[in-house]
Amino acid sequence: MDDQAVRERDARAYEAVHEAADFTELKRRYRNFVVPWTIAFMAWYLAYVACNNWARGFMSHRIGGSHINVALIFGLLQFVSTFAIAALYGRFANRKLDPLAHGLNAKYKRERRR
Amino acid sequence: MNSLLIPLATEPGNRALTISLFSAVVAVTLYITWWASRQNKTAADYYAGGRSFTGSQNGLAVAGDYMSAASFLGISGQIALYGYDGFLYSIGFLVAWLVALLLVAELLRNSGRFTMADQLAFRMKQRPVRTAAATSTIVVSIFYLLAQMVGAGSLVGLLLGVKSEGLKAAVIILVGALMIIYVTIGGMKGTTWVQIVKAVLLMAGTVVITFLVLLKFHFNISDLLGAAATKSGHGESFLQPGLLYGKDLTGQIDFLSLGLALVLGTAGLPHILIRFYTVPDSRSARRSVQWAIGLIGVFYLMTLALGFGAAALLDTGKGSAVAESKGNVASPLLAESVGGGAGSIGGAILLALIAAVAFATILAVVAGLTLTSASSFAHDLYANVIAKEKPSEKSELRVARFAAIGIGAVSIALAIPAQKLNIAFLVALAFAVAASANLPALLFNLFWKRFNTAGATWSIYGGLISAVVLVVFSPVVSGKPTSMITGTDFHWFPLANPGIVSIPLGFLFGILGTYLGRDKSSEERYNELSVRALTGAGAEGPAKH
Repeated sequence: MDDQAVRERDARAYEAVHEAADFTELKRRYRNFVVPWTIAFMAWYLAYVACNNWARGFMSHRIGGSHINVALIFGLLQFVSTFAIAALYGRFANRKLDPLAHGLNAKYKRERRR
Repeated sequence: MNSLLIPLATEPGNRALTISLFSAVVAVTLYITWWASRQNKTAADYYAGGRSFTGSQNGLAVAGDYMSAASFLGISGQIALYGYDGFLYSIGFLVAWLVALLLVAELLRNSGRFTMADQLAFRMKQRPVRTAAATSTIVVSIFYLLAQMVGAGSLVGLLLGVKSEGLKAAVIILVGALMIIYVTIGGMKGTTWVQIVKAVLLMAGTVVITFLVLLKFHFNISDLLGAAATKSGHGESFLQPGLLYGKDLTGQIDFLSLGLALVLGTAGLPHILIRFYTVPDSRSARRSVQWAIGLIGVFYLMTLALGFGAAALLDTGKGSAVAESKGNVASPLLAESVGGGAGSIGGAILLALIAAVAFATILAVVAGLTLTSASSFAHDLYANVIAKEKPSEKSELRVARFAAIGIGAVSIALAIPAQKLNIAFLVALAFAVAASANLPALLFNLFWKRFNTAGATWSIYGGLISAVVLVVFSPVVSGKPTSMITGTDFHWFPLANPGIVSIPLGFLFGILGTYLGRDKSSEERYNELSVRALTGAGAEGPAKH
């Protein structure tokens, strides 16, 4: 087969996958996870940056008479939330995205052989 | 510069120890390079390490590529001098990985091949898009590279206790020569293993020092913080925001601007992006980022202990070695202190160890940056723009190797005269350009069907030029006693960090370019791109030998 024919065959296979109901579902699941979580962690991070600028009284509040203050805890919570969202996304992708992606990948390979 | 700058390794025995550990680092990395070179056969081997690294291996390499000497020595040093505010950089650097994990890493792995430009060129006109993406790749990498190399010169001088300009230049040439060797001979496989070894060394070294610091305070964090606050002379305000950033409204907006560039820059750094091509599939790309987040997060938590430990245990006042080095020697001196103090055997060993880790850190990062620019030059500019007809894989790889030598030589030539400049802003500028030029183009390409060639070139050049121009006319370059150029004042932009203006501009240029460019041919392959990005159908597989 020449290059042109290969391209056309691949394009048809991609189009077939794109039309599949599973692909619409995959896109929907991905978007529904990624959009709200991205907004959430950006807002949470910018809130932290803003508090460092404009809420210093609140940030300097010491906790239980120790030298640990709200600013440090807020900063450490950024670490906790980053670890948690990374783990959550991994679990979600393994369970909800990968099976659909595998199925569609197989469909693509079948379509290319047609 | 004064004699206080040479407290380290001044005894001949200590210097011999430091030099032998440095030599060991060089020997091990050169062996890795030689070993890797025997397995480099195809373009996928050279550019992407055969795409056969596992998620955890690549996670270590990503961490090794990302944690520069600036974060290891710089952040702990900033904490030692400015307390809590010194910690803020690391939070932006870490949260940024969520952008990479959720929006970029897997989709890029599935839709690209070797460079950042591949992903754009998938549905755009090859020449203009590759030229734009290669330009910003090389500019970002060179900024970053210069910062590392100038840092290496002064750092090694500091660690060896020699302060001659000649030695600094010699160190820069040595580092440059080594990175050229790693990249031309070892390719991506060699570079990756150098980064993995460095990441392991860096984590191990940091764990040891952190443990010893915490041991001194019986693992009571509050006591450590209290001691740091008292010793610093700032009292409780040492633990609160405000010592370094945001003294007035301009400063506060500047800090917000820095925060934006840090959090959005990482996912647009070309040397990070091409690491995702070294794994067999998108699932391993995801695992890589998760590993990297874990390693980088734990590392930054430890720098917190190192920084406050240095503030509590070392002299950081005016005129001290820590203050004179702008904090850069805080970690090495802390290692010496917790190892038993100056003059003790334990202190000498730990000091030499940390110095060697810092050296390995610099080598691994500069190798990654050189490889990135060389790949982009050969694969994007030479193969798709300069060459009249598609060159063979062999000649493309030959160009990549020559490009690595050229880029190495250029950065040596630029770094030697730049030694006296304050280069700390170069890293922040690299992040700002990555966030303003690269990220808008990558995200629009993946998620906006209407996006086209004009939009891509406008957002890349627009973001790049606005970030650079704003810095040139900022107080970083002129108008303040701390500026690069003194004696004349041509600044009109009030902020040191351009991100808050240049990042929205990058996105805006992308939208404007798209509509003014009118061209709709890039829509044709959008469905194909999104199928490929999300499912991995037709994505480049691992090399089979």
